[in-house]
Amino acid sequence: MTVCASAASHASLSNNTMIGSPDVVAFTKEDEYGQASQDPLDLPEEFSIPLYPLADSNPWAKTSYAKFTKDFILISEFSEQVGPQPLLTIPGDPKVCGTFDLNYFSLRIMSVDYQASFVGHPPGTGYPRLSFVEDSRVVLGDSKEGAFAYVHHFTLYDLEARGFVRPFCMAYVAADEKKIMLQFQELSLRFSQASECLKAGNRRAFAKELQRKLQDLEYTHSVLQREEGLQREAGPQCVYSAHAVEKANELANVEKSIYEHRDLLKQISAYHRRPRRDPHAVSCQKCMTECLRECEELLDKYAKLANPLGYSQRVPKGEGDEIQSDENRGEEEVDEDDDEGIKRRPSYTPQLIKAKSAKCFDKRLKTLQELCEENFYEATVELLKETERSFRGDLCYLYTRRLDKSLRRNQKIVNFLFEADLTDDVEDEAETLRPFCAVNHAIDNYMHLNPPHIVLGSEALELNGLKSQGPLGLACKAATTQELGLLGSHLDSSPSDQTLETQESSEGTKESFSSDKSGTDQTEKQESLASINTEGPDPDSDLTPEPDQNTYPERESSSEDMETTAGEDDCDTGQDQTPVSLLEVVSELEARKDGGCEVGMHSELLVPMDTACCMAQEGFLYEAADPDAVPCLSPNSTLNPSKVLVVNQEPHALHPIQDEYTVGSPCSESPPPGLELPVGVFGDAVSRSSMEDGLECTMSASTGSDRAASPLGYGGSVTLRQRKKAGQGALRFVRQYSFAVQALWCLLSGRTLVVLGADEGRVRRLVSALALFVPNPGKSGERVQPWLSCPFTLVDLHRWKLIGLQRVASPAGSSALYSLSRYSRYISILDADMKTLRCPQYRGQLLANMADHRTYIRRGSTYFLHLQSALCRLAARAFLLTFTHHLHLPVSPTEGPEAVEARRRGFLQEQLGLDEEDGQILLYLSRLIAQRYLQPANSDGCAAVPCFSFNYVTSVLYKI
Amino acid sequence: MLRWILGGREVQSSVEKSPVLCIGEEQPKNCFTELQVLKGHFDIVRFLVQIDDFRFASAGDDGLVLVWSVETGERLQELRGHAQQITAISTFSCGDGFTSLITASSDRSLSLWDPDTGNRVQTISDLQSSVKCLLVLERLSVWLSGGEELCVWDKDFQLLCHRQKHSDTGIAALVELPKNCVAVAVDKEIVIYRLTLSSDSSVLLDEITRCSDHHDQIRALINVNDGTFASGSHAGELILWDSANFRNVAYEHILWEESQPSSQMEIRLATPKPSEMSIQHLTSNGRLILAAVGSGLYVYDIVTKAVVAYRRAAHDSNVLHTMLLSDGELMSCSEDGSVRMWEIQDLPLAAEPASAGFFGMWTFGRSSKQLGPQSKKALEIPNLRTLELTGDLIGHSGAVQMFLSFREKGLVTCSTDHLLILWKDGERQSRLRSQALFQKLEENGGL
Repeated sequence: MTVCASAASHASLSNNTMIGSPDVVAFTKEDEYGQASQDPLDLPEEFSIPLYPLADSNPWAKTSYAKFTKDFILISEFSEQVGPQPLLTIPGDPKVCGTFDLNYFSLRIMSVDYQASFVGHPPGTGYPRLSFVEDSRVVLGDSKEGAFAYVHHFTLYDLEARGFVRPFCMAYVAADEKKIMLQFQELSLRFSQASECLKAGNRRAFAKELQRKLQDLEYTHSVLQREEGLQREAGPQCVYSAHAVEKANELANVEKSIYEHRDLLKQISAYHRRPRRDPHAVSCQKCMTECLRECEELLDKYAKLANPLGYSQRVPKGEGDEIQSDENRGEEEVDEDDDEGIKRRPSYTPQLIKAKSAKCFDKRLKTLQELCEENFYEATVELLKETERSFRGDLCYLYTRRLDKSLRRNQKIVNFLFEADLTDDVEDEAETLRPFCAVNHAIDNYMHLNPPHIVLGSEALELNGLKSQGPLGLACKAATTQELGLLGSHLDSSPSDQTLETQESSEGTKESFSSDKSGTDQTEKQESLASINTEGPDPDSDLTPEPDQNTYPERESSSEDMETTAGEDDCDTGQDQTPVSLLEVVSELEARKDGGCEVGMHSELLVPMDTACCMAQEGFLYEAADPDAVPCLSPNSTLNPSKVLVVNQEPHALHPIQDEYTVGSPCSESPPPGLELPVGVFGDAVSRSSMEDGLECTMSASTGSDRAASPLGYGGSVTLRQRKKAGQGALRFVRQYSFAVQALWCLLSGRTLVVLGADEGRVRRLVSALALFVPNPGKSGERVQPWLSCPFTLVDLHRWKLIGLQRVASPAGSSALYSLSRYSRYISILDADMKTLRCPQYRGQLLANMADHRTYIRRGSTYFLHLQSALCRLAARAFLLTFTHHLHLPVSPTEGPEAVEARRRGFLQEQLGLDEEDGQILLYLSRLIAQRYLQPANSDGCAAVPCFSFNYVTSVLYKI
Repeated sequence: MLRWILGGREVQSSVEKSPVLCIGEEQPKNCFTELQVLKGHFDIVRFLVQIDDFRFASAGDDGLVLVWSVETGERLQELRGHAQQITAISTFSCGDGFTSLITASSDRSLSLWDPDTGNRVQTISDLQSSVKCLLVLERLSVWLSGGEELCVWDKDFQLLCHRQKHSDTGIAALVELPKNCVAVAVDKEIVIYRLTLSSDSSVLLDEITRCSDHHDQIRALINVNDGTFASGSHAGELILWDSANFRNVAYEHILWEESQPSSQMEIRLATPKPSEMSIQHLTSNGRLILAAVGSGLYVYDIVTKAVVAYRRAAHDSNVLHTMLLSDGELMSCSEDGSVRMWEIQDLPLAAEPASAGFFGMWTFGRSSKQLGPQSKKALEIPNLRTLELTGDLIGHSGAVQMFLSFREKGLVTCSTDHLLILWKDGERQSRLRSQALFQKLEENGGL
């Protein structure tokens, strides 16, 4: 139920009118995942492989006419001076973009008016509000350019920017639209991380900037106050000269500015407590607490300093004069101030603030690097580079890889046998789940901001207590400045402005400050609940988007809702006079529902029904085999905001598989569902198409199984071409050599196979083909020696399970041959020249499927996948054998080893139906598993010497 | 066998010429189906000594002494200190259950080691000559070192007694006899000394007698039982001695007869290469003596004073070490790099005349010189049985110098290829692994 609730709580449905984007890809998301009633007898999700639903459509048909060669990431900014502009691409190589017009595309993606049109000083409010906007995720397309993009909009704070925010976006640009649509979730996750990282750095930078600004202001204030005091003493008591009035006005302005900035600081420090609706908004707890502490210290400091009198008292006049003349702007770090504490004079030299600040066009805007702290910026770029790398390859390639990965994750213990090492991938996975932290201390302590906690109880009170200093200071200040009589009434209302939670939406905040909220927390809570209660369902009717509209520009979360403290103004939202786009209202509505769910009292009202979703054309609903799985068409889409689907103008873009892709799934711990594709159907084509893409990328970007397939001994860096060769080679071997099954049996039962031949190329080819069958080949194929021209020893036999040996006529060669005959009992010898195999007899049936020389499989990569599944099956059986207690140990003390032995044999023969020789395979694999389990691979090699086991059996000679 | 691989005939023909027997790949009685290669030495490994039930030490020409665990194959300690090759090693336990190691090296030093910590506890250097053999008399808490001189030491490495140079060749072997006597093999003689411990803890070493029945250098000297000890010479003479009166009890001259019998004894004696008759090693279980004669094996029953079984060509080259296991099983290792396991079996009916071609044996009286007919008589010994090969262990690429058995825990072999190999029973290991696995599983609380 919690899953459902949070799923619903994260749901959002948005509508937006697009400006100049004729084919904006409407994006909706399906968030209903957890609600499907689970049949307990069903296979767990992670084991199921859905059948490929559209057998007739060719998923590899490439209709791309994009001007860029491969996918890239673009970061753009909507500059308030020059408009949309591209900032950088990843990879930075200009060749990647080719003739693709980045400026134009930036315009396109930034022209999505995604954020609430923000106004720094909302009419009627006292202070400017920071808008805490959640990121939005849009899929945009430009079919003319052949470019499609996942666009991630976010804002960064900049004190000098209009409304303190600078809109940015990161876009993953690809030629394949489906790739983006179907990878939406992971793209979203990864870009959210990048965005969070940038924003974390930005908040720190912003806090520092604010601090400097506050220092400046405080200083200016003290100077002005002093001047004014002098003036008043000098002048007649009852006469206010124009100059004096002007001074007083200036002073008042500075004071107001101080309050404003202090309030901003408060807001930025409250950022961390703000519940996040964004399912991907994960942050590093350490960073958070660090930043929070920093901010609180600042806040604390300036709450006290807020009394200008106190400040001016502390500052000796002489010093103030000195500093007044000093126009150097200090560049010291904030941290130093923090260390020194409040009483100490900060090392930063305050500066007099001019009454009028420069307007936007004559100032230089900060760059992205400056907006974020340097290390955060770099970490973000790294993250994006990693993202770009991980999305290389086409869609099907990504699918199979992920399917493979998710299946393999379920058999960690036996993966080492035939699968490539998953550790990299696992790390990958962990990284996507773990919030990325620039400082990289977040490995162990991270927190998920979801599900968010509404601050209602003690925490709020604490917060309140903490902030009560503010009102006190204000009161004090008000008392002192009362005689001036110049402060506006808005100052009086300020004590009631309890920004307990972050005001995330400008629209919301507008209202919140037009009304006087002097109530206690308790009443506020009640009000907010009430507002949710009354407000929740009713906007549905009037906010329903037109069902005929083809495009539903996706807006996942455009703006945040008000929190409980601001709940009362939610009532007014619908009637808000300010022009708010429909979309924003909807999303805000959603957000409010989230709030309701989070409160947990009215969730049943708010959790939408599962059937409805927005779907524009019925024509898209073809092949809906499972009515529950495939979203139903419903005009009343907003009834189910948590179930969102992708709608596209081009019918083929709607792929039922999208159904499997939940976007914004609240539980990111669960492996992404719906990544399963039937391997057998098109697995062959996957590698082919990948290779046709010219993706000769190294293994880091290809499936792990490639590594097993690789001709080994290349230091682990194996290309797809090599993998292809290995698969083909294995198939050729199986088809050519009638005794292939015996050779495979040798390898699988742990008997070292020596491939003897005069021709190096042939031997190496055979070895790389046969390397597929070597259990536990090692991370970079340590167990395989592709070419050896010197005699080997027992140690070598132990180390290598597959050896390519040079046949030479020279004396050196004869000594190699001598070692062959000497150790003949431990090895099988495949003579590549004579086409003979000398090995023990194998009569089993287990491998017949794997090494059928009349196989119908024609393609190497198909065979490779076939092989993988067969080997996987073997590994699973070996796992069963290894970890079944009674097959190894006596069940009663009276039982001898013979009874156990008999039971094991019975298990192998009767239950698994294996012959003696087939049983040996399993016993060998089981031994490897046990050894591995007892002694993890990365333990130091000195401590335990690996065992080499063998048995004494007669070999026979096989000929073709 | 591998003709199809070798492609040439040279190797194959040489293989076929050698009369050595080959068991083939099917060895149902061979339980050593798992091995661990222990690396650590970087020169010939010559000595193995058992420290306790689960540890052993190896020493060799690199001057290193390594302590290993027989269960895991782990190298437990590395005893470094000798500059040159180790010439003798022995364990030394002085009653308190603590076992230390005494080593002797060509650098003319002796060291006492603590195998638990790897510390060199005692050391004596600048000896007059290097020590060839060591004998620990635990009962007396003293130990003897033999080289060109014979010295007696106490457990604190204090020299108690000292006997000057015996001969150019020095002392080849030392063996403890009852009544505080020791037998010292010096060249062709066995010298018997008696140790007398006086009250001031000094030791007197009195020569009692010299047994000089061997005609060639004595290579091996062992205790058979309380009343008997045996010696073997380079010329293939095996002599049993009475431990009490040091008399010659039995004399066997083992000669592997050449294929064409010659009429002259003198010629026959000269014909075989000396190494083919040399007794390299003797072992005994109290009733049987197993002699490694050249590349053959010879089993002698001291009760019946007759040969029990023999095999002239047990190995391709010299047998270096042998061992008698229980009930008629024995083991030998050789310069050919293999370890072979044998079983004494009854001859199938007719006393396998084929073996006569390889074998001739003469039972000499004290000074009798008898000719051919008696060799025929030897073959008619009624209880003669045969040595059947039950398995072989092939792993070393050089001569197997020595082996050490830990019973069911396994067998250690050391070799000139600088390696040690720990041979184990695969089934037992598999059981142990399963136990460990499920134990770990339990500790971890599941996978």
